Amino acid sequence: MTAVAAHPVSSSPPAGTGLLPSGEPWQLIDPAGQPVTEAGPLPPDPTLTELYRRMVIGRRFDAQATALTKQGRLAVYPSSHGQDACQVGGVLALREQDWLFPTYRDSVAIVTRGVDPVEVLSLLRGEWHCGYDPHQHRVAPQCTPLATNTLHAVGLAHAARLKDEDTVALVLLGDGATSEGDTHEALNFAAVWKAPVVFLLQNNGYAISVPLAKQTAAPSLAHKGIGYGIPGELIDGNDAAAVYTTVQAAVERAAGGQGPTLIEALTYRIEAHTNADDATRYRNSDEVAAWLARDPLTRLEAYLRSAGQLDDDGAGRLRAEAEQFAAVLRERMNADVPADPAELFAHVYAEPTAPLREQRDSLLAELRDAGEQR
Amino acid sequence: MTSTLDAATVTMAGALNTALADALAADQGVVVFGEDVGTLGGVFRVTDGLAARFGQDRVFDTPLAEAGIVGTAIGMAMNGLRPVVEMQFDAFAYPAFEQVTSHLAKLRNRTRGAVSLPIVVRIPYGGGIGGVEHHCDSSEAYYAHTPGLRVVTPASPADAYRLLRQSIDCPDPVIFLEPKRRYWSKETAQLEAGGPALDQAAVVKRGTDVTLISYGGTVATTLEAAAAAAEEGWDAEVIDLRSLSPVDDRTLTESVRRTGRAVVIHEAAGFCGYGAEIAARLSERCFHSLQAPVLRVTGFDIPYPAPALEGHHLPSTDRILDALARLQWDDEPDERWLDSGGAHA
Repeated sequence: MTAVAAHPVSSSPPAGTGLLPSGEPWQLIDPAGQPVTEAGPLPPDPTLTELYRRMVIGRRFDAQATALTKQGRLAVYPSSHGQDACQVGGVLALREQDWLFPTYRDSVAIVTRGVDPVEVLSLLRGEWHCGYDPHQHRVAPQCTPLATNTLHAVGLAHAARLKDEDTVALVLLGDGATSEGDTHEALNFAAVWKAPVVFLLQNNGYAISVPLAKQTAAPSLAHKGIGYGIPGELIDGNDAAAVYTTVQAAVERAAGGQGPTLIEALTYRIEAHTNADDATRYRNSDEVAAWLARDPLTRLEAYLRSAGQLDDDGAGRLRAEAEQFAAVLRERMNADVPADPAELFAHVYAEPTAPLREQRDSLLAELRDAGEQR
Repeated sequence: MTSTLDAATVTMAGALNTALADALAADQGVVVFGEDVGTLGGVFRVTDGLAARFGQDRVFDTPLAEAGIVGTAIGMAMNGLRPVVEMQFDAFAYPAFEQVTSHLAKLRNRTRGAVSLPIVVRIPYGGGIGGVEHHCDSSEAYYAHTPGLRVVTPASPADAYRLLRQSIDCPDPVIFLEPKRRYWSKETAQLEAGGPALDQAAVVKRGTDVTLISYGGTVATTLEAAAAAAEEGWDAEVIDLRSLSPVDDRTLTESVRRTGRAVVIHEAAGFCGYGAEIAARLSERCFHSLQAPVLRVTGFDIPYPAPALEGHHLPSTDRILDALARLQWDDEPDERWLDSGGAHA
């Protein structure tokens, strides 16, 4: 027999089973609001209070946006009701200089990041495809083709390393997106490059109607990390303290040059996929009720009250703040947005090309003629 | 800006290599990456020596994944870099199609101009090298049909240098199609980055009787046909489009209004091919100057053939001359269409 030449091996073999997630989703506060003391220390009380405050506002924003679809002010709205802990916990764990790469279901995350809610809703209002300047708050446009944003996050994070800048990218994805090829490529590129990126996978159980069992045969989605040499973390996605703590640790790891982390947060989408979807066709009300009983706001509120960090007055003030937030949003969304037909041609290229200038002038002439005939 | 090369004999591959080196030297934000572009220097050696000269942080190999290459380039550009990425072959670029069409082409528009993606996607394209399947596609129409992309293709070494430098400097994403069968064509030239705008076509041969319009790999064939046509008494003008999107209507219409006749030549399949757009534009814009229908000489509407048969597929000098002969010089109906034009297949 001839000897088989050894393949060149990676200089840093992965740590093996150290990359595997825990068997049970990790949590810091249980559904009854009791701290799970053996799991580790909780974030400081002001952080927990802020997580709760942002979830209350986020929940109210979400309800307001759903109401705006019924009034015809929004074309569509994909709710994240139920995923509030992921939306808020993931974003609050970011530092000022970090970037967020959200999907269409992550409006609450973007609002939590500080983007003007009216600008967030431009997409769903049908005004323009993205209403905010991504560079202003370091938030990429909401991504509609799922999983494609994972690669953008990896590229942005790798560029930061190449430029010797301390920036981490947090990308939000869901259970369905893990079946897309881009997620595979992003995890692989991130691992090979040791890119400072955190994958926060909100596993809400369904890709529109398709349940997780039809999406994967893996023991968990966090298990996929080991195949890339990336640590996988399985956490309770309805525990804001656990989401915050895990994402923050992953951000620190990434910033410290230790590379990417894959976090699977188990959660649930309480509402249908969008207002145009009928969720009763693919899931039963018992299942929804069971998840309503695991509500992330109720859980953190129970903890804060038992810890003496929240009383009826404080809860009332928060509710009033959220109502005020919604009232301002409602008022501002009632205004009609002026649309400029010439803008159709303005941003396709850095400067409109000669053929586009021709088409713009032709449309404007057409509109002038129509105006004169009226 | 003049390159470090002398005005000596240079190949297209060499000119592209010099363009990349000069761009890397001129701008610290330029990064070059793709499959085999680092240590190996690219399968066509277009990136030869660049990793050694500029280091692994500027010129590097990636995992074998084209969507990954274009997708991460988008993120890098969002963070201020100017990525120049290589798709190893035309047909190997298809996995990146979603990133190209859904994001590369649209992010600027999506964000009302807030996000600029100065990315060049280099793609060796076209046949004529005896390549096996998946190595010879002419994929330009896919990209040219996508608003938000610029599509550029050089036909000569000097143009390859200039157009690549300009593409790298361009704030828009550019699909840079390199006609691989011309990689080793030589020219004595001074490599310069300045000159005409990126989207300006070139009249590469003046003429009065007919305008022959081509780009990329078939420009040389078209020039040969023009030389042969001269021997038969036709003084043909030849236009090299250089930029397929946006297209330089002005140069085209100015020429065709003068000559009254036009033939578009490319090796991609004719049906819904790039030449159809040119023929339609010329009909719309030059109808009263046209003495004959605009004809196309293209590859057949077939998957790219195996090497043994590719000679039949590629537009040849003879096929161009045949089209020239059918340009209504005697004002007779074109017999070619009398039988087949209305017939059912």
